[in-house]
Formats: sequence, C-alpha cells, structure tokens
Amino acid sequence: MTPSTSRANARIETRFNDSTVPARAGAGLKAEHVDAILQDDYRIGFLEVHAENYMGDGGAPHRALSAIRQNFPLCVHGVGLSIGSEKALDKAHLDRLKKVVERYEPGLVSEHLAWSTHDNSYYNDLLPVPYDQPTLDRVCDHIDQVQEVLGRKILLENPSTYLQFDHSTMSETDFIAQIARRTGCGLLLDINNVFVSATNQHYRPLTYLSEFPLEKVEEIHLAGHATDTDDDGRPLLIDAHDRPVDDAVWKLYDIVIGQMGPVPTLIEWDNDVPDWPVLRREALRADEILERRAGNYMLGSRHAAIC
Amino acid sequence: MSKKTIIGASAIAGAVAMALSGATLVTSTSTASAKEKCFGVAMAGENDCAAGPGTTCAGTSKVDYQGNAWSLVDDGTCTTMKLPDGRTGSLEALDRDLPA
Amino acid sequence: MRQSAEISAPGKIAPLGDFTNALVNPDLPTPKGVIGPGGAKADKRFNVYRNNVTVGLVNALVDIFPAVHRLVGDAFFRKMARVYVQAERPRSPLLFEYGGTFPQFLEAFAPVKHLSYLADVARLERQWLDAFHAADSPVLEAQDLGAVNPEDLPQARFTRHPAAHVLRSSFAVVSIFSANRSGQSLADIDPDAAEDGLVSRPHHDVEVRQLPPGAAVFLTMLMDGETLGQAASQAADEAEDFDLATAISGMLEAGIFAGISINTNSKRETIHDQSD
Repeated sequence: MTPSTSRANARIETRFNDSTVPARAGAGLKAEHVDAILQDDYRIGFLEVHAENYMGDGGAPHRALSAIRQNFPLCVHGVGLSIGSEKALDKAHLDRLKKVVERYEPGLVSEHLAWSTHDNSYYNDLLPVPYDQPTLDRVCDHIDQVQEVLGRKILLENPSTYLQFDHSTMSETDFIAQIARRTGCGLLLDINNVFVSATNQHYRPLTYLSEFPLEKVEEIHLAGHATDTDDDGRPLLIDAHDRPVDDAVWKLYDIVIGQMGPVPTLIEWDNDVPDWPVLRREALRADEILERRAGNYMLGSRHAAIC
Repeated sequence: MSKKTIIGASAIAGAVAMALSGATLVTSTSTASAKEKCFGVAMAGENDCAAGPGTTCAGTSKVDYQGNAWSLVDDGTCTTMKLPDGRTGSLEALDRDLPA
Repeated sequence: MRQSAEISAPGKIAPLGDFTNALVNPDLPTPKGVIGPGGAKADKRFNVYRNNVTVGLVNALVDIFPAVHRLVGDAFFRKMARVYVQAERPRSPLLFEYGGTFPQFLEAFAPVKHLSYLADVARLERQWLDAFHAADSPVLEAQDLGAVNPEDLPQARFTRHPAAHVLRSSFAVVSIFSANRSGQSLADIDPDAAEDGLVSRPHHDVEVRQLPPGAAVFLTMLMDGETLGQAASQAADEAEDFDLATAISGMLEAGIFAGISINTNSKRETIHDQSD
C-alpha cells in the first residue's frame, strides 16, 4: 500500500465533487481494466480517457466511465480536435468535447500539438506541424477558441516527431513556449515524446527540457516506445505505447520531478495492452519517484538543475 | 391478386393480451441483473494517441491488384460453409486485374 | 484576427493536401519540404506516418467487423481493408463510426463477389456497433402496453428505442454472424436461407435476434411511426404465417421501443376484423 491510499479511500462515496487530480501516478483507462481497477486495493491516483471514445450518445462506455468517475479523479485527453489544422476547427467536434467535459467534470483537459483532419477526412494519427509564424498564429487562434468554448484552460502536449519541415523557422520548445505565453494554456509534458523526438531529430533530451517552460507543466505522460531505423540506418524511435516505459525515460522523469516537484503523471499503454497488474506496476514506479522527490525538489531553479 | 388484410381491434387486443402473459415470463427469466456489475466491455474502433508499427508494414507497400494476389487465403471460416452449387466459399484466384 | 491568420497561411506552408494524399498512397513520393535532421532524406521517416494511418484504420475495421474478418481470414481481410482505406477515410474523428460504406464496398469488390452474404454480415456488425453507442433510454415495458385501452390499441404508435435496428436479408445473416462471433462451426449453415435480423439493447448489452416471418415488416413500420393496426395488417399481408402475439412479445423482450402514444385528437377509424 502507498501512504496515499487512505486519502484516496476517503473519496469513494463522493460523486464528482472532487475533481482535483493529485500529483500521483494515473493510468490510461482501457475498457478491459475497469472491473480490475474498481476492485483493486491499490487506489490509482487518477484515470485518463481519450475524449473521442466517450463521444457516443450512451451505452457501455458511459456506464463504465461513470463508475470510474464516481471513484476517481479524471483527465480527459483529446486526440481528434486537430488543433494544428490548416483550416478552421470542427465546431461539431469541439461541441462534442464540451459535452464530455461537462458530463464528467475532469480535473484536467488536454490536446495535442498536431493535426489529423484535412478536407473532411480523418487520418487517425497525430501529424506534425511546421514550426513557423503562420502555424503559430493559427494554433494560438485555435487554442483560444477551444478555451473559450470549454470555458476553461486546456493543456497542450508536445509531440513525438519523425520528420521536420524545411520551412520551420523556430525550435519546438520556442514554438510551444510562445503558444503557452500567448494563449495562457498549460502544458502536458510527454517525456517519452521528448526522448523519441530528441533521438529522431538528433538533439539532447536534457537540452530540450532545459528550454521547455516547465513552470507551465500541469501533467506528465510516460509511455513505452519501439525502435526502428531511419533512411541512414540510424535509430528512429516510434511512440508505440506498447511496452513498459524505457529506463532512459524513467531517468529523465526523475530529473524533471526533482526539478519541478510532483505533478500528476500518466502511464499510457495503448497497443498490446497487458493485464491491469502490469500497468499498476508501472504506476507504482512513478508513485515511488513522486514520493521520493516530494520533499526535495528545486522549485524555481530549473536552469541550475538541467543543462 | 393481392389481398388486403385488416387486423382489427379485437384481434390486436387478443394478441396483446397473449403477448403480455408471455412477456412476464420472459422478463422473469432474464439474466441481465447478473451482468450489471461487469463494466469490462471491450470497445471496437477505439481512438488512441499511440503510433503504429514503424516503417516496415502495410502502409508503405503498394497494393498488388493482380488477381492471383487475392487467391491465397485458407484461414477464413467462409471455406467451411457450403455454397448451393456444391462449391465452398473459398477465395478463388481471379483472372482479371483489380479493382474493377 | 482569426480570419487573417487562416488567409495568410497558404502562401508559406506546403499544402497539407500533398501530405495527406501521399499518406494513403504509397505510389506518391514523400511530400516536398519534408526532411530529416540537417536536411537528410526522410522517406522512411514519412513512412512512419503512412503506417500509422493505414494500420490504424485497418485495425479499426478488424475491430468493427470481427465476423467478416473471421470469415475471410486475417491476411485477406487486412489486404482488402487497405483497398477500402485508400478509397474511403473516416469522415469523423470518432473511429467507432468508421466503415459505414464498407458493406457497399464488399458488394462491389470482385474477389469476394461469390461470398454474396458478406455485405449483409457487415451491415449487421455496423448496426451492432451503432447500437452499442446509442443513447440510453428506458424501454417500453409490458405494463405500459397493458395500460392502453384495448379499443385504442390499433391506433397506438411507438417511439423507436435509439439502439433498435432491423436488417432484412436474403442470406442467413444472423446465423453466420452469430457463429462467427461465438466461434462456432459454420458447416451446417445454408448461407442462402433468408433471415431477418433484429439488433437491440434492452438492458446493457447489445443483443441480436433472428426475426420470425413478417416481424421485420411489422417492426420496421412501427419504427417508422405507423400505427399498430397498420403494421399488423401489412405484416399479415406479406407473410401468411405472421404471428402478431409472438411479434409483440418479442418486441417487448428485445426492447425495440422506448414509448407508446395514442393520438386521441385524430378521428378514429372503424376497423372490422375481416379481409376484403
């Protein structure tokens, strides 16, 4: 048992009246785990769902999520809003997101720095954006619109990237920092994405993290990645979410938490989903780091720690 | 010759009365309550934010439209079902290019 | 402000249309402007996205159409699904809504033309998933029907439950669907024995039933808002052995309707218990 178990148990009988997501480990919710999670003595800190899977009108998904929400804090993570789109946001989809947020009152709502819809076709992937001024302006407008419609702040997640655009004029960290400054949005730092992109784009993850506005980070994502090779035979990492978090990513996570203090941390596992105890083991590993760092992080002095 | 049937009020009332006596039985033998505790219904067509299997799979090879490329399969259950003319439903080689 | 940003964009940015066309068509080259670190060649890098899109959508079709998948086998299904994915992307970011046109695609796809039942099996699977996500609604209970004055019954109209679907087929669609979903043998199924299917969600789980003769006409008419009298007469007309009591008892058990209404304002027709 973790020390925070009793605190979590106090919430069991409440209904949606505690939305705060604790600075503990959470897990990406899979339908096949719902019964195990509800029956487990280990009270996971929170659960996170992909918003689109709960945009149907009714049925089993909502029944399951309602049961989860009555017992746990929740994060809603959109994957289909296409904030990086060349064209206007899909208003109907934004309204669907609003409905999910109103229905489940999540503590945190996040989306991706990516696009997935073009000319009414949905490509079911997080496609990359060029880091240039017109794209920056457009993404900021889209985030303004989302925050206005939802009536709340959202978090924007840094992507895993496999390529670049030759017309990019700024770094990813500069691009993201400007978005956060202009829109007031928070940030979701996916440390596996940092490691994947850094490896793929040939820069140091710690350099990226030293440039990243950690003070705006309200949630962290951790996941496993697969290894492939690029056109020149060098490693090309794939954000596969199909295995345990890599040791190198755990190390970066430890450094980040040592830097900024405990923050809600999600374990994502979307492909080849294992039984719940395997996911729980990953969550416990994050809990352990969060607890160890709780008393001795270096708030406000990030440049001294990372670099 | 088409015949127009009209089922009248008394026939309908009779049928409803019969159905209602039967409906009570159906409801009482329902096992729905046993399932109510289980939430673990797998979802089909789930969205997620994970990447696929890298660079070496289906998305990057060209589709082979030659007829013989569509003839190979024996692992489908359709082959176990008899068709009226005595053939089975196996996927047969085609002579022409695809798609039409 | 928002407008000007969108208008100013196209001049500088390579159109995403080039990117998306190449995503689903491996015959096209890697889009211009796409590079690796230091301007390196990025074909394999772009292929990661190609795979994500294609494999992701093919996997969605495997999930949504498990019986069709099992019927033709995994390798064949995936290859066939790729052809569909190239032709037909999801219109919605809700992946569980994908594949609405897959039945029509199967009908036109030459390599499965002799498996003429396949498209209807796909239709039933699509209805199953629509029912799975349909809005929650109480179902019409026996006592609701029992509370109606017997004289008013012919004029009763019903409100369709959001999860209810009828599928009329010239093939043994329910038997083939059920055997594949439950892993049973198909050896004894005559695929050309016509069956009508009923999909509904009376409690929490989606249920699929085979309808007796005439019941599909009866339920479809009621779902379209016709009166009980009209639907019963039409069903009796189309199927000699239509049994009204069985159909009513089945519609209650399967939870096809959410409500009942009697329009007391309209002039009541006198209906005689006879044929003419």
